[in-house]
Amino acid sequence: MAANAQDSHAPLRPEGKKDEDKDEETEYSPFYGIEKGLVLQESRCFHDPQIDPRRCQQVITKLLYLLCQGETFTRVEATEVFFAVTKLFQNTDVNLRRMVYLIIKELSPSSEEVIIVTSSLMKDMNAKIDLYRSNALRVLCHIIDATLLQQIERYIKQAIVDKNSAVASAALVSGFQLYCNTPGAADVVKRWGSEISEAVQSKNSLVQFHGLALLHAIRQNDRLAISKMVTSLTRGGAVRSPLAQCLLVRYVARVISESTPQPGQERPFYEFLESCLRHKAEMVIFEAARAITEMNEVTTRELTPAITVLQLFLSSSKPVLRFAAVRTLNKVAMTHPMAVTNCNIDMESLISDSNRSISTLAITTLLKTGNESSVERLMKQISTFMGDIQDEFKIVVVDAIKAMCIKFPSKYRALMNFLSNILREEGGFEYKRAIVEAILMIIRDIPDAKETGLGHLCEFIEDCEFTYLSTQILSLLGKEAPKTQDPSKYIRYIYNRVILENATVRAAAVSALAKMGAACPDLKPRILVLLRRTLHDTDDEVRDRATLYLNMLGAPEERKALGGEGGLVADGFPFGPANLEQTLQKYLAGPLDAPFELSSVPVAPVKKAEDEVKSSGAMMAAAMGGSTKAPNPKDLYEEMLNAIPEFASLGPLQSSSMPVELTERDTEYVITCVKHMYENHVVFQYNCLNTIDEQILEDVTVTMDLSEEPELEEKMSLPLKVMPTGAGETPGTTFVVVERVDGAMPAAKVGCMLKFTTKEVDPSTGEAEEEGYADEYQLEDVDLEYTDYVSKLSVGNFRKAWEEMGEETELADEYGIGQREGLQEAVEVLIATLGMSPCEGTDAVPPNARSHMALLSGKLVGDVSLLVRLSLGIDASSNVAMKLVARADSAAGSEFVHGIIANA
Amino acid sequence: MASLPPADPTCPRVKNVLLLDSEGRRIAVKYFCKDWPTINAQTKYEKSVFTKTSRSNARGEAEITMFDNVIVVYKFVSDLNFYVTGAADENELILNSILTAFFESVQLLLRNNVEKKTVLENLDLVLLALDEIVADGGVPLETEPQVVAARASMRGAGEDIPLAEQTFSQALATAKEQLAKSLRA
Repeated sequence: MAANAQDSHAPLRPEGKKDEDKDEETEYSPFYGIEKGLVLQESRCFHDPQIDPRRCQQVITKLLYLLCQGETFTRVEATEVFFAVTKLFQNTDVNLRRMVYLIIKELSPSSEEVIIVTSSLMKDMNAKIDLYRSNALRVLCHIIDATLLQQIERYIKQAIVDKNSAVASAALVSGFQLYCNTPGAADVVKRWGSEISEAVQSKNSLVQFHGLALLHAIRQNDRLAISKMVTSLTRGGAVRSPLAQCLLVRYVARVISESTPQPGQERPFYEFLESCLRHKAEMVIFEAARAITEMNEVTTRELTPAITVLQLFLSSSKPVLRFAAVRTLNKVAMTHPMAVTNCNIDMESLISDSNRSISTLAITTLLKTGNESSVERLMKQISTFMGDIQDEFKIVVVDAIKAMCIKFPSKYRALMNFLSNILREEGGFEYKRAIVEAILMIIRDIPDAKETGLGHLCEFIEDCEFTYLSTQILSLLGKEAPKTQDPSKYIRYIYNRVILENATVRAAAVSALAKMGAACPDLKPRILVLLRRTLHDTDDEVRDRATLYLNMLGAPEERKALGGEGGLVADGFPFGPANLEQTLQKYLAGPLDAPFELSSVPVAPVKKAEDEVKSSGAMMAAAMGGSTKAPNPKDLYEEMLNAIPEFASLGPLQSSSMPVELTERDTEYVITCVKHMYENHVVFQYNCLNTIDEQILEDVTVTMDLSEEPELEEKMSLPLKVMPTGAGETPGTTFVVVERVDGAMPAAKVGCMLKFTTKEVDPSTGEAEEEGYADEYQLEDVDLEYTDYVSKLSVGNFRKAWEEMGEETELADEYGIGQREGLQEAVEVLIATLGMSPCEGTDAVPPNARSHMALLSGKLVGDVSLLVRLSLGIDASSNVAMKLVARADSAAGSEFVHGIIANA
Repeated sequence: MASLPPADPTCPRVKNVLLLDSEGRRIAVKYFCKDWPTINAQTKYEKSVFTKTSRSNARGEAEITMFDNVIVVYKFVSDLNFYVTGAADENELILNSILTAFFESVQLLLRNNVEKKTVLENLDLVLLALDEIVADGGVPLETEPQVVAARASMRGAGEDIPLAEQTFSQALATAKEQLAKSLRA
């Protein structure tokens, strides 16, 4: 029993471990069967008048072993052990003393207990033995607070300049730790400047390193002091220690990042960094090479020497060095792919490196730097390697291939072949999904690749174990196959799924068939035959779908009633399932003499995309969008808006905003507004809900006061017949169509008034009055913002897109954007203000970066592509300055981007 | 409570140093940061490091891997696995110098008998070596294996009192000690 209780405190000793040990004779351990209670008992030997140093050392080791295995001591136990340990200061055995130092640190005594050992430790701090001084100092600084620090400050200052390196290092490291972690200690440590400066001149390599680190820490907020320190240290060659030299490189890199390079002039300190590339310690060479590659707007000339040393490292026998080099080159390849091409031969030999982290980095670098002619060769090399790496690495490779395909669209054949080959091999869900997504993206972006891509996907679903992927692909086939030259060949693939798969996939296949039937009239008779066969499926959903689609496809009149050729089959319902459910429930509650009319279901925005067809569409859109995980609001509204005939003349929907509330919560009416952008029009969609059961609101419209907006003109208003009543109901919608005169893109604040006819409901009978009266209700103003005209659009290869756009439309300007918490926050705010999508992961600012370049892309209403480069810098007082360079399909587009920032 | 100054990000640091056995069990570990605050989080981390590295051959040169935003350099010697973890942006070669200091000083202290059995028998020396290599907060304290080994075994500390100046009883005690040590070894 007691043993079990002990075990519960030791999470690292699994149950029954002792029995296991008995079986394995080789598993000998001096700590076999160790128990906390016994060890604590043993620790009483610390109190013996005649101390046995060896025995005490062993007991301390056991205590440390227990702590290390995750055992915890109660406060009482820890205090008891601590007091016992302090007795051991009476013994002069050096090795025992060393263990005493160690265990005091591990026990982390409370402040009352600390006082007990202070005097013993103070005595050791002034001992003749160097190792007593250094250790006592470390222990004392580990356990004291700022008040006690002031009492021993004098000794620490003395120790910093001690001729023994262990003592000096201990003092400096303790000072560093106190400065960073002990509240109130920073001011004390700052007073040691002159002693620390002396330590920086030490001949001992580690003392110099610790001195420099501490000196920088206490001066880091004083830019001038740091700049002076860096200038004098880089000049004299006084720094010999490799670690200290690495620090100096880091300080120099910071100074460089804070200075603005003068055109034509050599960057300050660049020469120093370059000289570090010839240092004899690899650590320093690498630190300098990395610092050069990370400089802002680094030029090819500046990069070359750094790339050269990194290239040498690539063929080193040490994996650590190869990894460091290839990782850095991989980063350089993102911004300067051309600079890295010289290393391609060395990089190719790393593909077969036994260290998989190295080979994966090498491949992804090659995929970024490779030129068009090397694609085939590269794919061949990678295929041999793909077999024996883990899925997580494979996903990285697939992503890199996707990026390459955007870069070299003409090479899609080789890349697509590669993807289809790996798709056939074994792999987990995430990996397969990454491949399918890559193929989907290629199909979308490269029209020529569509037929081959669909072919590969068809083959894949023949033998796909993941329902999710099968349904995705089937849904895509239903949409895309009719647009191919010979849609009939896909029917076989889809119908095979109906025969062989589980119910979910069968249902998706039935839908896909129906969509094809709707889109290709000449295939319809054949598809009707197939659909009829599925009428006897064992699964309800499959049968229901087949029945529905057979009816839809068979009866042309009914189809027309649902708005447009094949509207329902091809695009799903124009309303959400919640709407349908409610209307059906209402229908069932009422008299059942008239047949149910689908057209009576309100066409309202889908709050939750629950409908399977619709949600898979949204998911696909999210997958296509790449980085944007949340479905684009546009996808939610597009089908619904397209179903409204009055909007047909406006052209395609370009973007939609998120809903904005125009009423307080819990008021009589809940009204939200969604803004839809068309080429020359804005459609304001008002979602209206009545929360008062005692009245019925009819003929609901919203009037917008555009008298102060000459560039906006109301064209049309679509009233809502009856406003749905009751919280939780799906709101009804009314629309106002506003034309933007001459395509202007103004920002505006527009007053809105809700107008309607109220009819009181008699609470006793529940029936409404015959006659109502007109009423109105003031809504909050609707803001039309500049960002409403901009929609997100991700670009795979920003650099290429940027260059293709050309300089003609380029517009650059500088802005100060005030104090910010950091560059990350500034970037997030700017992305939100501009409403564009970040490219190539540049929305993530590396921690502690002083400058950053963010790349954004988007689309302006009227199909104008926008590209933006934001160069940001932050100074010591957290003021952020920004240079914004915009390119667009038209000069007006670039001006518009600047307009957003200027008006923000 | 007085506020702390902003942390200096430029100083190289290690996040943890691990010594596990060939089945991934803990022998001696030291965590210098708060990324793994509980014993469970630490065990989970150690397990994932072990499974990610155990198949590789890190017996000759030290190997390296990167996952979950950390870099791990590691080296395997007989039935022991040495690991040093650092932040993703840390200089890999600095981490490697800590790893080298750790296993070479253990090698010196154990007179080349680097295996689990001897490590457990001399756990005090291994823990002391670790304490001499990395200081609080993960800052490298000493990277020269000879120096680390000397400090861990307190070599030179006793020599402050030359033999001639020792009292007879002290000398006798030292002699007894030496004898007992050699008999035990």
